[in-house]
Amino acid sequence: MEFNNNIPIYLQIIDNIKQDIVVGKLKTGQKMPSVRELAGILKVNPNTIQRVYQELDREKITYTKRGMGTYVTEEEKTISSLKEELSKKIILDFVEGMYKLGFSNKKLINTLKEYL
Amino acid sequence: MEQILKATQLSKYFYQKKALDKVDINIEKGKIYGILGPNGGGKSTFLKISAGLLKPSQGEITIDNKEPGVYTKSIVSYLPETNYFYKWMKIKDALNFFKDLYTDFDIEKARESLKFMELEEEEKVTSLSKGMMGRLKLTLALSRKAKLYLLDEPLNGIDPISREKIITSILDSYSEKSSILICSHLIYYIEKLLDYVFFLSEGRIILSGDAEQLRNKRGMSIDKLFQEVF
Repeated sequence: MEFNNNIPIYLQIIDNIKQDIVVGKLKTGQKMPSVRELAGILKVNPNTIQRVYQELDREKITYTKRGMGTYVTEEEKTISSLKEELSKKIILDFVEGMYKLGFSNKKLINTLKEYL
Repeated sequence: MEQILKATQLSKYFYQKKALDKVDINIEKGKIYGILGPNGGGKSTFLKISAGLLKPSQGEITIDNKEPGVYTKSIVSYLPETNYFYKWMKIKDALNFFKDLYTDFDIEKARESLKFMELEEEEKVTSLSKGMMGRLKLTLALSRKAKLYLLDEPLNGIDPISREKIITSILDSYSEKSSILICSHLIYYIEKLLDYVFFLSEGRIILSGDAEQLRNKRGMSIDKLFQEVF
């Protein structure tokens, strides 16, 4: 995974995991790699991964079984709202980018329609 | 959080020159710290004082609540920038040398690590390239079961392949029971490893903080922040 060091690394890892869950690369109920494993794979500080899992737990996207590890949630609702969250982000980036290019709302929609 | 190193208003003069000027540094257990700064900023001086090789001129420093001395040397593993091997040594002699010097040296771990580093025990230390030398020194320093690891410029003059190996073994030897303090001016390569950074220039700490918080607050990498500050 390539990092953009201008943004906190734990946020980038969180976004990446969320994406993997939404597209099904990580399945519901699947066990996540341990903190140490993931730190080794991504070559980042284990405390950063600890923070990632804490944050994901807090958002109820994963849950941690004491002494067993961290698992992806089985709540379909959480995953569908995750999908919504990510799609909103993509739309926001797109719209902002188009505004920057000087597109009006109408022109933006037409261009998008044409493209599709 | 348990503290492993505490420096308060630490100063070091070499005649008129101030190498360290009232430096406060706290190191907690289970974290990786970076002391970053340009050459001549005082990084190595701080490490040498922590390793018990230099005496401070003023101020206090304690490691595991003790002043630097025989006890602290037994729990601190120091990777110096200079080469300290004898010319006649083969790599296996260096291993045995460490085994005799330090009771916490884990020779099995060192042998494992040599394999990963692609170094042969029968090789003479004088025949090693700079990258291989760096890998050997790091292997020796990290094969001790220390409470505090002090790494002085572990990536200086190291080729990209050795660099990856060095970063991987630093991560592998991280544990919650010990702390790692890395001095470097090659921030780009190590910034993902660091929990907390100190910027040291002309003997003074000019900026310090949690690495992620600094990225968040300033919207830039530690590397860029460094370039901006200096």
